[in-house]
Amino acid sequence: MSERIREPRSPAPSEGAGDQAGDAAGLSDLDRRLRAARARQATGGRKPTSIAGGQEGMGAGLRIAVELLAAVMVGTGIGWALDIWLGTRPWLLIVFFVVGSAAGFLNVYRTAKELDERAKARKAAAKADGQESGRP
Amino acid sequence: MADPMKQFEVTPIVPIQVGALDLSFTNSALFMVLAIAGATAFLTLSMRGRALVPTRWQSVAEVMYEVIANMVRDNVGSGGRRYFPFIFTLFMFVLFANVLGMIPGSFTVTSHIIVTFALATFIFIAVTIIGIVRHGAHFLSLFFPPGAPWWTGIILIPVEIVSYLSRPVSLSVRLFANMTVGHVLLKVIAGFVALMGIFGIVPFLFLIPLTALELGIAVLQAYIFTILTCVYLHDALHLH
Repeated sequence: MSERIREPRSPAPSEGAGDQAGDAAGLSDLDRRLRAARARQATGGRKPTSIAGGQEGMGAGLRIAVELLAAVMVGTGIGWALDIWLGTRPWLLIVFFVVGSAAGFLNVYRTAKELDERAKARKAAAKADGQESGRP
Repeated sequence: MADPMKQFEVTPIVPIQVGALDLSFTNSALFMVLAIAGATAFLTLSMRGRALVPTRWQSVAEVMYEVIANMVRDNVGSGGRRYFPFIFTLFMFVLFANVLGMIPGSFTVTSHIIVTFALATFIFIAVTIIGIVRHGAHFLSLFFPPGAPWWTGIILIPVEIVSYLSRPVSLSVRLFANMTVGHVLLKVIAGFVALMGIFGIVPFLFLIPLTALELGIAVLQAYIFTILTCVYLHDALHLH
């Protein structure tokens, strides 16, 4: 139990008083970094999180293709099931195929918009970073 | 040439039969357990030191935590913090399932549509319930864009509903298709290595960057699966 209390391990107490100046400098440095981190947090987000890298293009293409296909599949499936249930073959299948296609295009539009926003945000962040590191 | 689809076969390890139900412990189940055990062992062992200055393993674990924490903050926004444990668990599970599948001779859990579809359906239902609990009937406004003339609803509402229902399908198909296609491709090219004798060096050389690419895709798809979960959660919490 007593070990838990001691947990935030302090440096060995044998350090002389001569290190106090160094400690103060270290503390003010920590203070400065803390403030910078807090400011970054307050502005809500720094770099958009991404580990995608070079595969971004292929990933985006696949994502869009899947979005389109999924909506068409779901739409057609709903139409098919309703047709069997209500005995209206083949009308609801046709209607829901069209609805599914429209939903697919809506999905594609939303995905593309989202990817675009993400790319823009990344570019802006990269630019901001460049300016920051430009300062001495 | 060895059958490139053989790697996807589910074979029982411990046959368990309950009535008409086949509840056998299969190689698929084994690798799910391995993924969970691997993720748990990795996180607990790497964080055991809890050092202020992290060791190499601890840094890796911390980077993963930070990536997902930032993802939740950026994509879910306010109120997303509560769902972080689930989203982090989801990411670690999919990541370990994908990466374990890259070990030659192992089984890729996520290359089965039923596994990814079960995951996606669970997420879809959970997110929908969260949305309904938070917003009540107002949740239905998700299916009608604000400001549109009311009569456009005749077309827009079915389209939006189908679009919403397509989410679990696209979420699961994406992960499943990426993993399956990659593994089939690897196996087919590996088959050529054996077939072509001494000239097999050519497909073998090609296999090296391809394996690296597949490993990248395994990580990337886990990331995309998680980020889309965050996006869906955001829609449920904030209604666009």
